Amino acid sequence: MKKLLTGNEAIARGAWEAGAVVCSAYPGTPSTEIIENAAKYTEMYAEWSPNEKVALEVGAGSSIAGGRSLVAMKHVGVNVAADPLFTLSYTGVNGGLVLISADDPGMHSSQNEQDNRHFGRAAKIPVLEPSDSQEAKDFTKIAFDLSENFDTPVMQRITTRVAHSQSLVELSDRQEPVLKEYQKNALKYVMIPAYARRRHIDVESRLEKLQEYAETTPLNRIEWNQTKIGVITNGITYQYVKEVLKDASILKLGMTFPLPRKLITEFSKKVDKLYVIEELEPFIEDYIKSWKIEVYGKNIFPMIGEILPETILEKMGEQSKNKNSLPVQAEPALNTPVRPPVLCPGCPHRGLFYVLNKLKVTVAGDIGCYTLGSLAPLNAIDTTICMGASIGAAMGMEKARGKDFARNLVAVIGDSTFIHSGITGLINTVYNQATTTTIILDNRTTGMTGHQDNPATGMTVKGDPIKEVDLVLLAKAVGVNRVVVVDPFDLEKLESVIKEELRAEEPSVIITKRKCALIEKNKDTTPCVVLNESCTGCMRCMRLGCPCIVKEGKKVRINSTQCVGCELCIHVCNSGAIGKEGQTNV
Amino acid sequence: MCATAEQSERKVKPMSDITNILIVGVGGQGTILASRVLSGAVQKIGQDVKVSEIHGMAQRGGSVVTQVRYGKEVASPIIPQGEADIILAFEKLEALRWLSYLKENGSILINDQRIDPMPVIMGAADYPADAIAAIRSLRKNVIVIDGLKIAIEAGNPKAVNVVLLGLLSKYLQIDKNVWLETLRETVPVKFLETNVKAFEAGWNS
Repeated sequence: MKKLLTGNEAIARGAWEAGAVVCSAYPGTPSTEIIENAAKYTEMYAEWSPNEKVALEVGAGSSIAGGRSLVAMKHVGVNVAADPLFTLSYTGVNGGLVLISADDPGMHSSQNEQDNRHFGRAAKIPVLEPSDSQEAKDFTKIAFDLSENFDTPVMQRITTRVAHSQSLVELSDRQEPVLKEYQKNALKYVMIPAYARRRHIDVESRLEKLQEYAETTPLNRIEWNQTKIGVITNGITYQYVKEVLKDASILKLGMTFPLPRKLITEFSKKVDKLYVIEELEPFIEDYIKSWKIEVYGKNIFPMIGEILPETILEKMGEQSKNKNSLPVQAEPALNTPVRPPVLCPGCPHRGLFYVLNKLKVTVAGDIGCYTLGSLAPLNAIDTTICMGASIGAAMGMEKARGKDFARNLVAVIGDSTFIHSGITGLINTVYNQATTTTIILDNRTTGMTGHQDNPATGMTVKGDPIKEVDLVLLAKAVGVNRVVVVDPFDLEKLESVIKEELRAEEPSVIITKRKCALIEKNKDTTPCVVLNESCTGCMRCMRLGCPCIVKEGKKVRINSTQCVGCELCIHVCNSGAIGKEGQTNV
Repeated sequence: MCATAEQSERKVKPMSDITNILIVGVGGQGTILASRVLSGAVQKIGQDVKVSEIHGMAQRGGSVVTQVRYGKEVASPIIPQGEADIILAFEKLEALRWLSYLKENGSILINDQRIDPMPVIMGAADYPADAIAAIRSLRKNVIVIDGLKIAIEAGNPKAVNVVLLGLLSKYLQIDKNVWLETLRETVPVKFLETNVKAFEAGWNS
């Protein structure tokens, strides 16, 4: 029976069917649900690793020990894991090793839209690109076989639309996992220069064999139709092309590195006009051009963002077939205000950013829900670069501008991000004698990606309780003398703690500790209400950026269906005009 | 299953035709449950189906959209602009925002609820004065219901999404029993009764 699965669910299923034994990842949109689903299969070990580098190293060890291993991450996660990746290309594998790179064209939830096929080429490992959930499952299984047959890690690149779209998948049984024999083999797995030089030769000859494989594998296939237009395409774009260019012949590339030069050349000779339609970089196109084949690609299609079905229609000049669809875009009344994401009602981060904004502090920010503290009206963040960057960035600011600048400078970083790669930055502030204040926003979860556990939450991906990382002890252990824990809803205390730690001419850590509003169950959710007579219309509460508080005439009103009763507005109101619904004093 | 599939084949549109449904709203409104029941029901009548939704940042009170496409064979999970047969809008501003995706003769079903986005709250932008009138000036088939009121009358203010699903079901050629069966399989047992009531209320609205 067929089942409706997301691409991510299908990949987890594929790993299970392929007899994988170890699955590891750090959460990151759009890859997160791969390991969440892998963890549901009792036959496989699954873990949230502290970061992507560790995840890949766990996968590497498991593979070398003989087990099939699945490692998943978002595109920028591969940057973090690049170090082991490039050398794993040299060592090769024992049990199959499949790395899922979930790219995010259009940046639905990412800080850049890098194209990770470049990583496949740079590391000299094959790259597979499924176009729907069935392929996501099938290709995962093929990837394990490829990995073992060619002695290489295999990258399976998906994009947000493949990861998060659901389509029907034919399920199969689990193949009995076979642990391959483990033998110590220093020449293969100890990459000292002398051994690595020999392995590099193997890498190059492997690549030649993979090139031959690319010519004949069913992963790459031609769907002949009329030969006026020939389209070479990959991933989700294949589905769009099939939908809107019904007459075109298609060369669908399921394997985009290395590319099948002969197959592409043969295809190009049989069509009048050759197009490459691929999202982001001209990866396939550049190769084709280097072979002196005439091709239309990025001169027509955008390099930035997603390529949507209507973009293909428009760019290929096929509008005439879909007369109804296109003029609609010009509808004048659709000038609608945007609806950006906001910190949730009751979010523990809100209080902190309210105070930071009030104190006009320079804030080196990081990656997580709290990045939303950068938006109006909180406007509290100065920089956001990558996971863990806040602490190093704050330190660099101090080193460039001097100690006085650090008297008004903080780094903010979530609990999960701190474990991921913030701790090394903190060690640096101590070692190299900076005086910055680091604020760890400990909301007891990895929030933005949908509430995953991490080493500081006391729970594994399988739901088993473990001893959690003690962030206070950890900060002290690396040499921070000043460590304070404060409730971010206690605005008065929070403000005085921040002021005090800013003054201190040594590194300090403030841990704002309160559970994410979406997972906190033991709370009074009685909504807050505005007492109209007392409200002076000063609009101070509006500075909280709470989506429940709206202007009404010259005063404010609280939307009681959305309010979760966090009481932050009660505390910022100077005239005592906000209270809890149903309470007598209001 | 087979009998159901054969019966329904006769009801649905001709082979190559694909039905495109866009479900739009604000993060946290429960659009995902609605799309899950819809896609489950479609599967029961033996159709190919693809669903696309974006997770992540958008969850946090942002604009959310789920695309459901079904028919004999579906390639793209994305609905091209101007190709939606039905838009089910959980909120008025979102209805207006996504209107350009609706076919000229498509139907838009709107929950008469207003949720101010942050730029409006901040006074940096205005909520459209009359979103419904603007929509009516551009499309013929516009249906507006007060989902919250209906949900409260049905006994559960939180079941607005199921009320809207009941409304949507009237516009699709899928047997009511298939809907109820899918609903039973999708929602937790303890909420089933109020959800069935909410569905019926939407169906009768």
